[in-house]
Amino acid sequence: MDFRLDPDVAAMKETVRDFIANEVEPKAMQIEQEDRVPDDILEKSKRIGLFGISIPEEYGGMGLNMVGKSAVFEELGKTINGYTTILGAHNGIGSVGIVELGNDEQRSRYLPKMSSGEWIGAFALTEPQAGSNAAAIQTTAVKQGDRYILNGQKIYCTNAPIANVFTVMAVTDKSQGSKGITSFIVEKTFPGFHVGSVEKKMGLHGSQTAQLYFDNLEVPEENVLGTVGMGYVNALKILANGRAGLAARCLGSSEYLLDMSIRYAHERKQFGKPIFEQQVIQHYLADMAVEVETLRSLLYRVAWMMDEGMPTIKEAAMLKLYASEVYNRVADKAVQIHGGVGYIAEYPIERFYRDARITRIYEGTSEIQKNIIASRLGK
Amino acid sequence: MDILVLLKQTFDTEERITVENGKVKEDGVRFVINPYDEYAVEEAIRLKEEHDGTVTILSIGPSRTEEAIRTALAMGADEAVLADDESLFGDEYTAAKVLAAMVKVRNYDLIIGGNQAVDDGSGQVAVRLAEELGIPHISTLTKLEINGTEVVGHRDAEGDVEVVTATLPVLVTAQQGLNEPRYPSLIGIRKAGKKPLTHVTAADLRLSPEDLTARTEIVETYLPKPKEAGRILQGEMNDQVKELVHSLTNVEKVVG
Repeated sequence: MDFRLDPDVAAMKETVRDFIANEVEPKAMQIEQEDRVPDDILEKSKRIGLFGISIPEEYGGMGLNMVGKSAVFEELGKTINGYTTILGAHNGIGSVGIVELGNDEQRSRYLPKMSSGEWIGAFALTEPQAGSNAAAIQTTAVKQGDRYILNGQKIYCTNAPIANVFTVMAVTDKSQGSKGITSFIVEKTFPGFHVGSVEKKMGLHGSQTAQLYFDNLEVPEENVLGTVGMGYVNALKILANGRAGLAARCLGSSEYLLDMSIRYAHERKQFGKPIFEQQVIQHYLADMAVEVETLRSLLYRVAWMMDEGMPTIKEAAMLKLYASEVYNRVADKAVQIHGGVGYIAEYPIERFYRDARITRIYEGTSEIQKNIIASRLGK
Repeated sequence: MDILVLLKQTFDTEERITVENGKVKEDGVRFVINPYDEYAVEEAIRLKEEHDGTVTILSIGPSRTEEAIRTALAMGADEAVLADDESLFGDEYTAAKVLAAMVKVRNYDLIIGGNQAVDDGSGQVAVRLAEELGIPHISTLTKLEINGTEVVGHRDAEGDVEVVTATLPVLVTAQQGLNEPRYPSLIGIRKAGKKPLTHVTAADLRLSPEDLTARTEIVETYLPKPKEAGRILQGEMNDQVKELVHSLTNVEKVVG
């Protein structure tokens, strides 16, 4: 077993670290307050290739395997989560559908523009009546000649206001239940496509989430992604693939919070000595460090399994569950160690604490992950 | 236009530096492209983008230098040559001899180096190289314009700007302000691994022991004394002035 990173990937991590330190971190507070990532940061992110993390080299992407992708996402996790969610949603659920399921024509049409960041990707599954129960979606797609006509509504679509390409799930045959769902590649310029207003959220400021309305939305037949009727299976595949990237970002954020907490514990003096010298603080930090290390091991093992083509549905669910739970526990302890400073909006700790909360909900709740795990135990 | 860039890998001066047994301790130190050389790399890539041609990195240093070279290749340089044979390491005199031998077997129109390296700060190697090659040089550039074979360099002359013209081939050195170096793109990092990086030895370069004998000797290496806390004078202005004059002449002895 060799746990060392490929030298190229190590160099990429270093570039991402410098980029974050010099370009993103100085504007983190501005992003948080304005709930928007400045255009120049997005432009510079495109220039260094951060929109091509999941896309093969032949389409202008980085052609990284899951271990490599995870290493880059881990580094990205160390800065403001709203910014990294834009990249996460684009490189994850926003583009992996086309990468994994698209035909040559679709891949050539969309991926070069997506790897350069000219076109940003998003994923639209959730509806007012269909969240964890993804098979309950009501958006319809009716075939008319050489096109499908979509009607319905999607909610909580990350990147919706800035995205150009959407992977959309719609019902093509209601009588077939979950086998009557189909995935479509939808461009924002298709007639009948509308983006609603931006939601106000507890955290993830800078990442924009909105509703989508399809009013006789016209989608050409060649934009069916994968096979008709396989949309539900496709959605699960796309979500499973996104899990390693999301877990890697959780790991990066947890590492950041651990580092900040160690530093603060050495600086902050109470009762005449740094609080680091209090055993209770040492134990908090030890607990955080153990969880971070365990998460790192699980992440890279599952990523490696994915690269080897092994079945990972159960392991990916375990990873997503564990990563988000660790991030939340670490964030909670980080606030406790920082005390008042951890609660004040002038410092980044409370921001991570709020940002952490969504990771237990989106891309499959913790409860749904447990269902997936339990259903595969003893098999 | 064929451009050669002189690159040195140095420790990151923003990181904590410790000296042990008369040497900078390398454990846990981050190594980077010497920042002045990074301006040189960026300028070379910009010129290549504008005028076409090639950018070749020339470097002397231990094998870890490859990391800095890969970064320059990821930024957009085409190939690199590294002299990592220990018998080629010496001082500014020997470095110029080694680089001259590396340059003489290549075609070039322009050589760009950094104004100085942030580790030893001597600022000699590039201009010594120009002398070895018998070509003109313009140092500490904050702006470089090339039209055909005409070169116009704006140099930082002790806070003023001096405009110097020359004709290719020429060697120039980069000062802070010449440009803003780009980040290597992540795709560029992938491609850098496939670009040619050749290693040369003393035998390849046919240098004599005379050429490789350093002319200087490092007697001691030490960190600057830590800065002590300042004193804030208080009280009546008259007394403060008296105290200040007394301190400057008798205690600090900066006015004599």
